[in-house]
Amino acid sequence: MIKARRKPIEEIFGMIKDYRRILCTGCGGCTSVCLAGGQRETLMLRQDLSMLCKQKGINAFFSVSVIERQCNPEYLSDIEDLVQQSDCVISTACGAGVQFLAGRYSTKPVFPGLNTMFTGVDISTGLYMERCRSCGDCQLGYTGGICPVTCCSKSLFNGPCGGTNLDGSCEVSRDIPCAWNEIYNRLKAQNRLENILSIHPPMEWTDKGPGILVQSGYENRYNKKN
Amino acid sequence: MKSGSNLEKVLEAGQFAVTTELGPPKGTDISIVKKKAEFLRGMVDAVNVTDCQTAVVRLSSIATSAVLVQMGIEPVMQMTCRDRNRIAIQSDIFGASALGIKNILAISGDHHSFGNQKNARKVFDIDSMQMLALVKRMRDEKKILNDETIIQGEVPMFIGAAANPFAPPLEFRAMHLRKKIESGADFIQTQSIYDIDKFREWMNIVRDMGLDRRCAILAGLTPLKSHVMAKYMAENVPGMHIPDPVLKRIAGVPREKAAEEGIRIFCEHVEQLKEIRGVAGIHIMAIEWEHKIPEIAERAKLLPRPVI
Repeated sequence: MIKARRKPIEEIFGMIKDYRRILCTGCGGCTSVCLAGGQRETLMLRQDLSMLCKQKGINAFFSVSVIERQCNPEYLSDIEDLVQQSDCVISTACGAGVQFLAGRYSTKPVFPGLNTMFTGVDISTGLYMERCRSCGDCQLGYTGGICPVTCCSKSLFNGPCGGTNLDGSCEVSRDIPCAWNEIYNRLKAQNRLENILSIHPPMEWTDKGPGILVQSGYENRYNKKN
Repeated sequence: MKSGSNLEKVLEAGQFAVTTELGPPKGTDISIVKKKAEFLRGMVDAVNVTDCQTAVVRLSSIATSAVLVQMGIEPVMQMTCRDRNRIAIQSDIFGASALGIKNILAISGDHHSFGNQKNARKVFDIDSMQMLALVKRMRDEKKILNDETIIQGEVPMFIGAAANPFAPPLEFRAMHLRKKIESGADFIQTQSIYDIDKFREWMNIVRDMGLDRRCAILAGLTPLKSHVMAKYMAENVPGMHIPDPVLKRIAGVPREKAAEEGIRIFCEHVEQLKEIRGVAGIHIMAIEWEHKIPEIAERAKLLPRPVI
């Protein structure tokens, strides 16, 4: 899932300080799961902002609403009245949710309460690790299930580079394992070394505008509208 | 001849090749380049020009290489994948060829977190393996990537790659070298060697795979200037391995004699490397020691350089 963390409170304050009626909108999706933008965290954000406003002598009124997911238009419509009554909105969804909310209520200033970090996994409660860069052409089939785009600091497709430390760590940090060392070891253990003996050609990146996905089976519905 | 470069000619003639490197200045002062380059004239067969080494912004490798061409000193233009996407890489290779640069070393590049632009965005659009194949395609097929039209003009490049015989996964390193040769590498310059026995073992594998006959392997050496430098390199330089006996030897002499000891070790290592079958030459990475190259080359019995 997507992992995020709260922005510094002073930064959020800087965005909302000229508004008086402020709606804090949480998200019940990914940012709730990673303990950054769900019910509890959104209430905490209100509390922290209220306190800061009081300290600075600003009289602002905060309300809180947490919706199921901010990346879905129906859930966004549920808070129409609350948004209309507010001068601005702080969203504690991921960047996608913030944009969707801002587009749905395009006359209202919408501000991000979080920094969206990455697509990752739960190592433990409150500890997450990046695992996917959404490159659009999954490489995991020949790399033993270890992503070279995400886990190699240079995103090499024909690694390793020459910088691997003797202990098998990445040149960038002793705390990061060399992804290609791990790929080699796993493939070797699975007797699949032939997977990395040939040269992998340059990636066909699709770096343009926002990506669009029409799920298999939905082509007729969306492609004809174009 | 693939490129007609002096380095290619020397290797083709079966001579033991010698290359060294020149670090461009942090700025536009070409006189620094010229001064450093004059020390190297006639001492080596070609001079690597580093490409913002350790990710520190410097005078570009292509401009510095072009200055060397003007001076009649042959450059090996280093090009990293770190700072350029495939459009810039291909365009710069055209540019380098047009300026008379005939050797290229395709490398990943030290990660930008080492340098003075720590929050740069990394590129690595293609990797060094893919860059090797790309330069070969430009040279041999006169085509760029994903385009079947024939380019205007030639790209006569002698194509080099780096190899690290000492870094994990050790068993994969020779296979990785084979991949680089299959991609297009004509010559290899290795990471600095301080453990000759380990290198000899690696060369045994390389020879068993027949790789020394498919490309020219230049053994990399960096003369140590001081114990502090040796310790720093062992601890901080990516992929560097300096065994304890070498560190102890440098530490065991008074500070003012450390550089002399470093050159002695260097000369001994040159002797030993010359004896290893399949080693086609030496690549001297004397960091900010360009002025010492004449003495080092002389003492290591690497002079005179062949004129072909």
